[in-house]
Amino acid sequence: MEFFSGLLSSLPTAFELGLFNALVVLALFLSYSMLNVCDLSTDGCYTLGAAVGAVVAISGHPYLSLPAAMLAGVISGFVTAILQTKMGIDSLLAGIIVNTGLYSINIAIMGNKSLLNLNKTETVFTKLKPATDKLHDGILGLFGAGKDSALDKILAFFSNEIIIGILAVAIVILFLSLFLRTRLGLAIRATGNNPDMVRSSSINPTMTTIVGLCIANSFTALSGCLFAQSQKSMSIDVGTGMVTVALAALLIGGAFMGKGKIPVRAIGAVIGAIIFRIVYTIALRFHMPSFMLKLVSSVIVIIAITGPYLKSKYPMFVRRIKHGKAGREDA
Amino acid sequence: MLKIDKISLTFNKGTVNEKKAIEGLSLDVKKGDFITIIGANGAGKSTLFNAIGGTFITDSGRIILDGEDITLTPEYKRARSIGRLFQDPMKGSAPGMTIEENLALAAGHGGWLSSVSKKDKERFREYLRPLNMGLEDRMQQPVGLLSGGQRQALTLVMATINPPKLLLLDEHTAALDPATAEKVLELTEDIVEQNSLTCLMITHNMQSALELGNRTIMMNTGRIIYDVEGEQREGLTVRDLLEKFKEAAGEELDNDRMLLGN
Repeated sequence: MEFFSGLLSSLPTAFELGLFNALVVLALFLSYSMLNVCDLSTDGCYTLGAAVGAVVAISGHPYLSLPAAMLAGVISGFVTAILQTKMGIDSLLAGIIVNTGLYSINIAIMGNKSLLNLNKTETVFTKLKPATDKLHDGILGLFGAGKDSALDKILAFFSNEIIIGILAVAIVILFLSLFLRTRLGLAIRATGNNPDMVRSSSINPTMTTIVGLCIANSFTALSGCLFAQSQKSMSIDVGTGMVTVALAALLIGGAFMGKGKIPVRAIGAVIGAIIFRIVYTIALRFHMPSFMLKLVSSVIVIIAITGPYLKSKYPMFVRRIKHGKAGREDA
Repeated sequence: MLKIDKISLTFNKGTVNEKKAIEGLSLDVKKGDFITIIGANGAGKSTLFNAIGGTFITDSGRIILDGEDITLTPEYKRARSIGRLFQDPMKGSAPGMTIEENLALAAGHGGWLSSVSKKDKERFREYLRPLNMGLEDRMQQPVGLLSGGQRQALTLVMATINPPKLLLLDEHTAALDPATAEKVLELTEDIVEQNSLTCLMITHNMQSALELGNRTIMMNTGRIIYDVEGEQREGLTVRDLLEKFKEAAGEELDNDRMLLGN
């Protein structure tokens, strides 16, 4: 019983972190699933967004921190894209190079520190707290329910952070759904889906790769920015392993809602991110040490990618074994 | 319409593998011409198309399309006025996207942020109806589910939905079964005629090389060795063509598919 109540109490946090992570997952949905580029600069870009967001918030502009972080992400994505389209660097290597470079840049942005404290800083979350409180009271009033009623307890789950997280995720999904239907969006999808076709068409793959990576990285940076502000602290290693964690969530989401139209698949990616966080929370309750998170995400990615591959090899494997046996019997 | 002036293209220049794919080739294509191109393996037919389309930039010479010098223009810019179909039906459409999305991509001449309207979608269906393949009722299905013939027919529609100045067909029916190949060829004729397109078609089928179009070109070792049109072409038979080849090239025409194809 204690196990379940403990789990229940940590659910909101899992949900909240899942929502923030979902923005990175949606970024990979665009770069990995659509554009077919595995963007290894994701870790650094996430930290970049967190760093820029934290510094701008500390300087007294909590709202400005969001577009500032996203702009930083766009620039990072632009550099990664230019390196792989115009400079002859392999796309994986381009991501790694940018990721490495960003480490120094991030520390520089944080003012030669590797840790920033936002405890006394006005963030988007503290700024919007009165508004979400009002929303709670408004809904309570609408149904005529009082404090400590059942409705109030349900609403308590939707904390300030969760509401803002849902809002951010919803806006990004809406944007992706509309954007991927435009001519540019279709061109980006075609670039990832059939490079042969794009090469002989009027689509310039350099342009689509640049646009795709810029947009994807702006989401990644936004995710880092929101995470740092909600945690009220920012450390240089927040982004470590983020690309694998997000990829794991993307593949989990794909297993549930990988087919169908773009909005469905995007929502699947978000659900994947939340499931990943909840499974992780359950594992923690079973006394899995928290440092195991990265290993778990690695294993999930390995299983999700090798699973279908091994499945396709299985019939041949069986045939080889049978074939060998029959040969021996004859001899 | 298309003026090719003494273009040359050599692969692996300065190595033991040096290959002169095209040597001082000139060609004048008039508006509305439908030219069939035949030749032995490695004669430079596909290379010629790649040079016109911009996949390879030629080493020397000039290519003028509709009065515009496109010799050094990048491939994607040429693609706005040149439609291309390849032998591999998988090359021309995106398998993970629906039929409608593929057509929207091909048809889009609005801004980059424009998306297709209901009216456009209806127009796409009308384009597919003449194919008689039932594709107009499968608009929301991914192209990956279509057969090779269906995909090539779709590619043909995509390449001509905004009529290009020039259509390049590189053995676009060679990978299809004979019945489907014939159907796609008929569709090609219809579409080219309806839009009065200027068209170059590489084929290994000498019979259709003579039946289709208004002019036939024979290539060997990167050069045009025989060029026939009008009255002269009308009485021509496959045997004549083989004879002409021997005369011009000094050897038997060596193309297994070409011989078996008839």
